[in-house]
Amino acid sequence: MIEARGLTKRYGGTLAVDNLSFTVEPGKITGFLGPNGAGKTSTMRLILGLDRPTAGTVTVNGKPYRRLAGPMGQVGALLDTKALHGGRSAYHHLLCLAQTNNLPSRRVDEVLALVGLANAARKRCHGFSLGMGQRLGIAAALLGNPRILMFDEPANGLDPEGIVWIRNLMKTLAAEGRTVIVSSHLMSEMENIADHLLVLGGGRLIADCTVEEFIAADSQHSIRVRTPQPEELIRLVAAAGGTAKDDGQGAVVVSGLETGRIWDLAFQNAVRLHELAPVHASLEQAFMELTAASVQFRAAGPDQRVPTEGVS
Amino acid sequence: MAAAQIAAPTVNSLPSSVSKVTFGGALRSEFTKIRSVRSTYWALLVMIVLTAGLGAVASYTTTRSHQGPFFDPASWSLGGLVLSQLVIGALGALVITSEYSTGMIRTSLTALPQRGLLVAAKVAVFAAVAFVTGLISSFASFVIGQAIMSSHHTNTTLSHPGVLRAVIGGALFLTVCGLLALGIGLLIRHTAGALTAVAGLLFVLPLLGNLLPHSWQDHVNKWLPTVAGAQIWTAVHPPHSNSASPLGTGGLMFAPWTGFAVFCGYAAIALAAGLILFRERDA
Repeated sequence: MIEARGLTKRYGGTLAVDNLSFTVEPGKITGFLGPNGAGKTSTMRLILGLDRPTAGTVTVNGKPYRRLAGPMGQVGALLDTKALHGGRSAYHHLLCLAQTNNLPSRRVDEVLALVGLANAARKRCHGFSLGMGQRLGIAAALLGNPRILMFDEPANGLDPEGIVWIRNLMKTLAAEGRTVIVSSHLMSEMENIADHLLVLGGGRLIADCTVEEFIAADSQHSIRVRTPQPEELIRLVAAAGGTAKDDGQGAVVVSGLETGRIWDLAFQNAVRLHELAPVHASLEQAFMELTAASVQFRAAGPDQRVPTEGVS
Repeated sequence: MAAAQIAAPTVNSLPSSVSKVTFGGALRSEFTKIRSVRSTYWALLVMIVLTAGLGAVASYTTTRSHQGPFFDPASWSLGGLVLSQLVIGALGALVITSEYSTGMIRTSLTALPQRGLLVAAKVAVFAAVAFVTGLISSFASFVIGQAIMSSHHTNTTLSHPGVLRAVIGGALFLTVCGLLALGIGLLIRHTAGALTAVAGLLFVLPLLGNLLPHSWQDHVNKWLPTVAGAQIWTAVHPPHSNSASPLGTGGLMFAPWTGFAVFCGYAAIALAAGLILFRERDA
């Protein structure tokens, strides 16, 4: 379990993490979601004791990371793939890490096989591709067989095959009862794997909820209706206390009325319906709306929200 | 802690008792780090060849002229140390700065977050490696140098007073040079900056000392890090100002072990300051 209380980090004049309080519950995949510069990586660095908080505390299983007697057995982390000496072989890179925690050297061979790097074990890492570097970083995280795993933007720069591999790995690890923390600015990625979300924006915690709650909290429930008699339907919906408007693409978007009520209205008034579908806001859309105020690097220009329907 | 009852890990369980940070583990880890990169071997090889090669040249040079009563054949044969100190200094600084330049430091500190332990292990492993290769450099230089000087019967042997101490002292000197540089590396963190500072402290400072007025040299020069440190590899200590040492530095000198203690003091200050900052700073 990871607990942050009032966690704050200032780098020079930049407030990277602003009074964060959260608890990462064991046995779930928790997503750190936020745009670039939201404080995801900084928060992970604070959890790992790499940086000292300006204020507040963060503990892993009740202790600050720096006081863990066997850190590799408790937390495995993949922060950035280039955090290694390129002149060292994959085997020796993992060996020197394993030795600090007195892990047996056979464990090195095991994790190399697990991530599919057994054949490249003796090669020096500077020749590794991004995907191989990512696998080596994951091998390092798995060395101590930890209960908690943290992955910072694990899909970044990977080809589709690598992304699927990482996603499946995270699901497997979570299915084994481990706590998995994964950060991403890709909402679609989170929607597929995370159980719980910690949404960050401008260093602050914007939302701490399940993926479903996150989407539901922000989306207005609306229903898309296709009918050859749109004017009549709009009038009927308005009379029944709902709102309806033509979406300009041959359908009417109704809100404020339940699905059954729309069917009934249409049936009673002999309005033919060709389609009636609830519109789910995507995580992406909910995310954009929630973090709009806190986006640090925002492109100028009109809002380009694309409603996606029927995702879940 | 609800995690325990959900499911047992299936990816190769380990008993948690073996997975603990210890100083022994940290030592093994640092030894793996230093032996698993090629630059270590190159640096150490260059150090040995440079010490012995320049020592041979210096030894040969002494045979070209008449030598006075305070001629010190042991320290002349070890004269290559004046340059090879920079090689071990570079290696010492790189032990830590290469971790910063590659990003390895973040991985290292995630595995071993007890920063004092990490530095202690680095210092111990580096000191051992430097001392062993220092002994090889030192004895090789001595043997080659004395062989060259024996043709002019100016050579000495290990049984002469102070000679064995000077030859072993050469290895001690290199070791402490490296440790001083490691401390500077901890303070500066960047390779280029650390190497410049090391070269300035070990090499340029004594040269500047020679530019001081003679009356100052007697009081100032002996305190310079490498000048103080060099007394441990000097076998003959004249009772007055000596400008005929291979270091080329004039002025009154400390006794061998006193000078070495002063030198160790500088290294200790650099390491202590480096450690304090290393514990405080973000990685």
